[in-house]
Amino acid sequence: MSAVFAIDPLLNGELLWTPLIIVLLKVLAVFVTGLVATMLMVWFERKVISGMQNRIGPNKAGPFGLLQTLADGIKLFFKEDLIPDRSDRFVFKLAPFLSFVPAFLSFAIIPLGGDFRDGNNGMVTWFGHATRVQLADPPVGVLFALAISAIAVYGIMLAGWSSGSKYPLLGSVRASAQMVSYEAALGLSLGTVFLVTGTLSTSGIVAAQNSIGNWNVIATGVVPFAIFLIAATAELNRPPFDLVEAEQELVGGFNTEYSSIRFALFYLAEFMNTVTMSALIVTLFFGGPQPISFRGTVLDIPFVPNGIEGTIWLFAKVLVFLYIYVWLRATLPRFRYDQLMDLGWKVLIPASLGWFMLIAAQRLGRDQGWNTLIVTTVSVAILGASYALLQAAFKVSAKQRAAEGSMF
Amino acid sequence: MELFVFVCATVMIIVGALGVVLRKHPVHAALSLVLTLFGIAVMFVAQHAEFLAAVQVIVYAGAIVVLFLFVIMLLGVDQVENLKTEPLAGQRWIAGVVGASLLGLLAAAIYTGADSVVSRGEGIASNVVGDNPDANIQQLASSIFSDYVMAFEVTSILLVVAVVGTVLLARRRTAGKS
Repeated sequence: MSAVFAIDPLLNGELLWTPLIIVLLKVLAVFVTGLVATMLMVWFERKVISGMQNRIGPNKAGPFGLLQTLADGIKLFFKEDLIPDRSDRFVFKLAPFLSFVPAFLSFAIIPLGGDFRDGNNGMVTWFGHATRVQLADPPVGVLFALAISAIAVYGIMLAGWSSGSKYPLLGSVRASAQMVSYEAALGLSLGTVFLVTGTLSTSGIVAAQNSIGNWNVIATGVVPFAIFLIAATAELNRPPFDLVEAEQELVGGFNTEYSSIRFALFYLAEFMNTVTMSALIVTLFFGGPQPISFRGTVLDIPFVPNGIEGTIWLFAKVLVFLYIYVWLRATLPRFRYDQLMDLGWKVLIPASLGWFMLIAAQRLGRDQGWNTLIVTTVSVAILGASYALLQAAFKVSAKQRAAEGSMF
Repeated sequence: MELFVFVCATVMIIVGALGVVLRKHPVHAALSLVLTLFGIAVMFVAQHAEFLAAVQVIVYAGAIVVLFLFVIMLLGVDQVENLKTEPLAGQRWIAGVVGASLLGLLAAAIYTGADSVVSRGEGIASNVVGDNPDANIQQLASSIFSDYVMAFEVTSILLVVAVVGTVLLARRRTAGKS
């Protein structure tokens, strides 16, 4: 088993007490950070949204209403737990956990701090042991996050089905179709990041982004980031992609029949996923705990050791994305279902594949010493031709469907 | 430690596989299949094939079984099947024979290939370098895209043909109806 854990030198050699305690502390820290971040995220979203809508928002429990989520949580715990008569009892009870546990698991691979500057690889020393400020650094890295988000589909899907009721079922069928389609775009847009950094592990990806020019958002050209952001929003079922819980059409969506603590688990998972996804975006495209630096000039926070500074930078960057998510919710109207599918399959997936090919051609050209201008011209021409072919195919199929008299 | 992981994963796989066959409800059977696939992913990790484990979860558990469930829910076949009827005469008997011969084939394959399995001489993980987390993926990529590139491309053509065929069959039926 040693090779599995070999990336973290903490776990090499004999199993001692101190490494074990450090790992336990890390688990505890990640869990508590996740819960507190979720609690604050619920408050943050409600407060920012109310600000954008010219309301006051939660302001009674605690300073600035900070404890509102805690009060809501306690209320939910003490509500009656209903299980519908026609439900599938085992699956009905299983579903909230299938949605809650993955939300926490993907937080484990995000580097939460550490010193990555001057070629350091993010190692810190605790009690005489060198380790990373992240719970796990598996060799498959980001693929782990993709696998976990694939599992999260089950929670929503089974919740809707096991309720034994029409509207939740409709909500969960929408959800699974949407999440499976956008997962393809999500994974394909990551391909470019792997191509540029040459590694899958999250700490490796962070270490490669050591100045603003090397941040993946610039190094891969902004397109994969834009695709990832859109696909991630759809994957989170957040507005404008919240057809899963379109209140006007589906009562409450997949969680209509849930109450009390089980509902609270879904609610927590949703916000937890938002926090995790923002942290993942920051890790992949914005250098994670790396400080802002440009051509050797580092924007250093004085009097703070570099290891802790990483955490501060990560927090600041994640906060920007959390704000963007709330902002999107306050601004954009919901997509129609066919628009949603068109955007996913006809725009995002071809665009991410095409961009991946473009970057791959650039890398190949650089490795072989070909003329950059010619490589770019040829690849753009090929991409243009493929785009024209794709559009022609869409036009032909639209014409045929019109001839058959079907709407979609 | 390795034995413990092996036993846990094996129990997961066997319980899941039995569940697929024995559960009467299609949705429960599909969920048991997920359990089996997870057990196999754990086995892959224990054999240092982390990439395969991740792909196993993403593709099989995350996409294929989700599509199974999708079809089960959408077509409303999620009622308990009547197992007494037999649409094709003697199909149970033939299924038993086919199953037994498949078992025999697998046993023969394991028996003849036992040397390489036990000594781990030719596995992908045979010379994983501990310090390089990407060694596993690099080896897999270099063998797929150099030694087995033909097989890889032929497989992708097969999949494309299957997709086009499905679309064609599905469309013709709607055209005939309207």
